[in-house]
Amino acid sequence: MSESAFEPVIIGFTCNWCSYRAADLAGTSRIKYPPNVRLIRVMCSGRIDPTFVLKALADGADGVMIAGCHPGECHYLEQNYKALRRHRLLQRTLAQFGIEPERVRLTWASAAEGARFAEEVGAMVDEVKKLGPLNWPTRPVPQSEAAAEVAP
Amino acid sequence: MADNTQQERVGVYVCHCGSNIAGVVDVQSVARFAAEDLKGRGVVVARDYTFMCSVTGQELIEQDIREQGLTRVVVAACSPHLHEGTFRGACGRAGLNPYLAEMASIREHVAWVHTDKAVATAKAKAIVNGAVERVLRNEPLEAIRVPIEAGTLVVGGGIAGLQTALEIAEAGYPVHLVEREPSIGGHMAQFDKTFPTLDCAACILTPKMAAAGSHPHIQLHTWSEVEKVEGYVGNYTVTVKKKPRYVLEDVCTGCGICIEKCPVLVVDEAHDAGIGYRKAIYTPFAQAVPNIPVLDPDTCTYYVGGKGGCRACEKFCPTEPNSIVFDQQEERITLRVGNIVLATGWDLFDARRIHQYGYGRLANVFTNLELERMCNAAGPTGGKVVLRDGQTAPARVGIVHCVGSRDRNYNNWCSSICCMQSVKLAHLVKERTGAEVFNFYIDMRTPAKDYDEFYQRVLDEGVHFIRGKVAEVSDVPRGPDEQGPLFVQVEDTLAGLQRRIPVDMVVLSAGLEPRRDSKAVGKTFGIACSTNGWFIEKHAKLDPIATMTEGVFVAGCAQGPKDIPASVAQGAAAAARVLSYIRQGELALEPVRASVNEAQCSGCRLCNGLCPFNAISFIEERRVTEINAALCQGCGTCVAACPAGAISGSGFSNEQLLAQIEGLLLDVARVPEPA
Amino acid sequence: MSKPRFAMYWAAACGGCEIAVLNIDEKVLELDAHFDVAFWPAAMDVKYKDVEAMEDQSILVTLFNGSIRTDENEHLARLLRRKSKLLVAFGSCANEGCIPGLANLSPREQIFERAYTSPSTENPDRIRPQPACQVAEGTLTLPPLQPVVRTLDQVVEVDYHVPGCPPESHQIAAVLDVLIAVVKGEAQLPPKGAVLGAGNSTVCDECPRKRDVKRIDKLARIQELPPLATDVCLLEQGLMCAGPATRSGCNSRCPNVGAPCIGCYGAAPDVLDQGARLMTAIASVVEAQEPEDIDRVLDGLPDPAGTFYRFGLAHSLLRANRAALAEKP
Repeated sequence: MSESAFEPVIIGFTCNWCSYRAADLAGTSRIKYPPNVRLIRVMCSGRIDPTFVLKALADGADGVMIAGCHPGECHYLEQNYKALRRHRLLQRTLAQFGIEPERVRLTWASAAEGARFAEEVGAMVDEVKKLGPLNWPTRPVPQSEAAAEVAP
Repeated sequence: MADNTQQERVGVYVCHCGSNIAGVVDVQSVARFAAEDLKGRGVVVARDYTFMCSVTGQELIEQDIREQGLTRVVVAACSPHLHEGTFRGACGRAGLNPYLAEMASIREHVAWVHTDKAVATAKAKAIVNGAVERVLRNEPLEAIRVPIEAGTLVVGGGIAGLQTALEIAEAGYPVHLVEREPSIGGHMAQFDKTFPTLDCAACILTPKMAAAGSHPHIQLHTWSEVEKVEGYVGNYTVTVKKKPRYVLEDVCTGCGICIEKCPVLVVDEAHDAGIGYRKAIYTPFAQAVPNIPVLDPDTCTYYVGGKGGCRACEKFCPTEPNSIVFDQQEERITLRVGNIVLATGWDLFDARRIHQYGYGRLANVFTNLELERMCNAAGPTGGKVVLRDGQTAPARVGIVHCVGSRDRNYNNWCSSICCMQSVKLAHLVKERTGAEVFNFYIDMRTPAKDYDEFYQRVLDEGVHFIRGKVAEVSDVPRGPDEQGPLFVQVEDTLAGLQRRIPVDMVVLSAGLEPRRDSKAVGKTFGIACSTNGWFIEKHAKLDPIATMTEGVFVAGCAQGPKDIPASVAQGAAAAARVLSYIRQGELALEPVRASVNEAQCSGCRLCNGLCPFNAISFIEERRVTEINAALCQGCGTCVAACPAGAISGSGFSNEQLLAQIEGLLLDVARVPEPA
Repeated sequence: MSKPRFAMYWAAACGGCEIAVLNIDEKVLELDAHFDVAFWPAAMDVKYKDVEAMEDQSILVTLFNGSIRTDENEHLARLLRRKSKLLVAFGSCANEGCIPGLANLSPREQIFERAYTSPSTENPDRIRPQPACQVAEGTLTLPPLQPVVRTLDQVVEVDYHVPGCPPESHQIAAVLDVLIAVVKGEAQLPPKGAVLGAGNSTVCDECPRKRDVKRIDKLARIQELPPLATDVCLLEQGLMCAGPATRSGCNSRCPNVGAPCIGCYGAAPDVLDQGARLMTAIASVVEAQEPEDIDRVLDGLPDPAGTFYRFGLAHSLLRANRAALAEKP
C-alpha cells in the first residue's frame, strides 16, 4: 500500500473532563483535523487499562491515542500520573512485540485546548502514516470438527 | 467475548442537527446502516430526524420504547456533555432505565471537524457501531442521592463573593466567607469612582461589607486561606488556615490606638498599591471589616529588632486582657459545607514587564491602580492627582490602554474593563487638575449599559483619544526644542502619522490577570484553569457559574475579566445555584462508581494507595478491599489497576469499553494469521 | 471391558505435567481402576496409527498437555479432538503457551540462530535440523516448526482447562475425583469451558505474607536485594511477584518458600490478558511522578514482556512479536 493511500485507524481514549472536552471544543470551533481517530470517552485517563490498548491494536487499529488532563490538572487530582506510568511500562513491553512507540501516543489536552487536541491528532496521524499499517493478524479460532486434517 | 446480548432490542436515532450534521454526514445512510447491517446486533428501529433534541425528536424515542419494546437506545447527535441528560430523560419518561441510553458524538467529533462527506459518513457509522456494542453491555443504574449540607463556603471577599455571601445569608443559610487579606472588600475597595455613573466605590461597597460583617448567618474568616478540601458535593470538609494577626479578634475593639502609637512606617504595597504608607500594625483602610488591625512581623520592631523591642502597641492597648499577643500561632479550623463558591478575583498585570513603557524606571509613569489610589479622597494624596514628587499637578497626562492585554507578547485576552476605567480616569484627572489628557487606545470597547454615553461625555469634555498602540514612553528629547519631560511615541492610525506627544505623567492601564496562584487554588478545589489561567466554567455559554466539579461554583473575575455589575450578577447567580441545591435537600449524582467483587479480591492491597479521595479501605478481618461508594468519584483508576480484575466500574465497565473498541473498528480490513 | 477410555498426550511441553500426574501417588491406581488407558505415550507404547484407527469420540477424556509448536502437535491435537468426547487443556502450555510460548517474541530464524549457532552451542558446521534428511536407510523426517506457538484452544475446541505449570497434584487429584464421580453417575459434568483445579481469586488470597499499601520505588532481582523478610509481601520488598495477577489454587507455593510467584496459574477469572493486568497493577503503584523517575524504577524490569507474559504470551491479546506473526508457515 502506498503511503498516501494508507489511511490509518486510530482509537483515541479521552477523559471526560479535559481531552474529551478539548475534542468537543475543536468541534465547536470548527477546527479541522484528520478523520482517522475514533474516540472513546472514559471518566479519567486513570481508567485506561493497557488491556484496552492491546485490544485495539490486536483488533486492527493502527495506533492508539491516550489523552488526559495535563499533569497536575487532573480532575481526580493525580490519576493521570497513573496513566503516564502505565504508558511508559506499556511502551517498553510493546517494543518487545515489535510495535513502534509512535503507535501508542500519550498526550495531554485541557478542556480549553481544542486546537492542541486537533494538532496532536494531526501529528499522530502523520507519524502512523509514515509507519504504515499495523495490520495485526486476527486471532486463530479453533476450526470445527469437519475442518481439514493436517497431514502428519 | 461472551455474548449475552442477543435478546436486546436497540433503537438508533441519527440527528441531522439542522444542517450541522446532515451537511457533512449522510445521516440517511447512517440510519440505513444501523437498520440493515446491525439488525443482527439487535437494532430493531433506526431513524434519522432533523432535531432529535426537540420535543418531537424525544417523543420519537419515547414512542418507540413504548410501542416497539426497545431495551437500549443510541442517539447519534452532539456531544453527550450537551444532551445526554435530555435523552436519558426521554428514556426515563418512557419507562426505560436512563442509563440504557448512549450517545454517539457525530457532530463535534465528525461533522464539525471533517469535510469529506464519504469519510465522515464512514466514521459516523463506526462510531454508531461502537455505541451500539457498548450500549448492549450497559446495565440499568440508579442515580446516587446525596444529602446537601446547608452551609456554604465562599472564598474571596471582593464584591462578587460578598454578593454571593449576602444572598445566601439573606435566604437564611449559613455562610463561611474566607478572605486572605486582613479585610474583606477586595479590589473595589481600592477604587475611587466607578464607571459610568461616577458613584463613589466606597459608598456603594462599604454598606455591603458592613452587612456581611454583622450578618448573623455570615461567619468571616479574614487573614485566612483554604488549605485543604475533602469530600464531595453536599458534604465538603474544608480546612482553613488562620494566619496569626497577633491581635485577639474577640477582645480588640478596633479603637486604633495601637496603630497611632506604632512608630514604624512601611510602604503599603497592598491596598495603596505602593504609593502610600501604613504602620507595622495596621488595618488596610479605614472602613476595613473586620475593624481589627493586623501586625506585620516582617516590619514590627518587636520581631525585627530581637525579642522585647518597642511593644508600644501592647503598652497602649486599652483592652483587658491586652489584645496584642506577640506569640500568637497559626490556627487551623475545619468547616463542613455543602457547596463552595470561588470568587478569588484577579491580579494586576505587572507593567514593569513592558520595558519600553518605562514603569519602574521613569518616575512619572504610573499604573491605573496607583492613579485610582491617588484619586481616592482616603488615599495617600488625599484625592490629589500629583506627580511622583507628591505635590506638582500634571498639566499634560497620557493614558495608555491595553497594557499587557490584547498583546500576543503578554496576554491575548481583552481585560474588558480598562477602556472604561481609562475613560473614567481621564475624566477624574481632568476634573481634579484641568490637565490636557490624551488616551491612547487600540479599539474603544464600551458595550454595556450607559458605557458609550459616558465615553461620549468624556469626549465632549475635551479628552483627546488617539487610536494607536503606544510604541514607547521616553524621557529623552529628540532635540533641544523638544519639551517633555516625557514623550509618548505612537502611530496615530486614524491620521496615518507618527506622533510624539509630550506629557508630564503617563498612566498605564494595566490589564487583569488570573491570580498568580490560580492553578494551585484550582487544584485544592478540584477544578481546572484554562490555558490562560482563569477558572473553567462548566459551559461557556449555558453554565458560566458551575464548574466541572459538582458543588463548586465560580463568580467574578476568577472566571474571567469582568466589570463590577457583571461580578455582582455572577455572584448573585452563584448564590441562586447554591440555594437551589440547598433547597432540594439532596442531589442526584451520576452512578459512576467502582465496587469490589469480594470473592475475586485477593486482598493484595495494590489498589489501596491509588484513591485520592480515600474511598478505598482494607478490611483486615476479611482480608479484602472495600470501596466506599459515597467517597468514590468514579475515576476508574482502581478498576484499571486491579490485577485480579476484581474491581468493576459501573457505567464504564470493561465489558462496555472492550465492546466499544471492537465496535469502533468495524470497517478495518483484517488479515488472518498466515496458516 | 466397559471402562471408559482415558488418554494423555504431551505436545510442546517439558514433561512436567506428566510427572505431576504421577505425583498424585496411589491415586493413580484409581485412574486405572475407573479408566481404560487408551493412549499415553509417556506411560505406554501406543502408535499414532492405533489412535487413528479408533472410532471417533471413543475416548471419554483426553488430558492434553503442551502447546502447539509443530505440525505434529497440531495433527495430534486435531486427532485427539476427534477421538475424544472431552478434551482437557492440561497445564499451562496447552492453556496459554507457557515457557515454549515465550519463543513467540522471536521469529523462527532467530530461534534457530540462537539454538544452533550461538556460543553456547558446540556446532562448528552450523548444522541445522531439516524437515527431511536422506540417509542410507531412507528418508528421515522431523515435524516442521510452525511460525508461532499456539494454545490448544486456538487450534481445536477445548472442553475444560486445568491451569498450572504443572498443575498441583492435589488439584489433579480433585479433578480426577470429579471425573470418577461423573463416570459413576454421581455427579454432573461442569459447564463446558470451565477452569478446573484452581481457585477463583489470585495467589495473594492464599499467600500468608503480611501486606500493606503498595508503593514501589525499586524493583530488582532477588540476588540484588538485601535478605528479604520472610513474612512480608515480596512485591513490597522490591521483588517482582506475579501473585496479584495470577489465579489462585497452588496454595501460594512459591511465595511460601521465598520465591516470587511467576504466574503459572494464568489469569484470574474473567481477565482477558494476564500480562496487561500485571503491567497495569505494577505501573499504578510505581512511586514516581516524573518520567525519568518512573523510568528509573522500571529499569528494574529489564524484560517486561518476558516477565508479564512468562506463561501467558501465546494466549495474550497480541500473542507474539509482529515479525514472528507475519512469517509464512
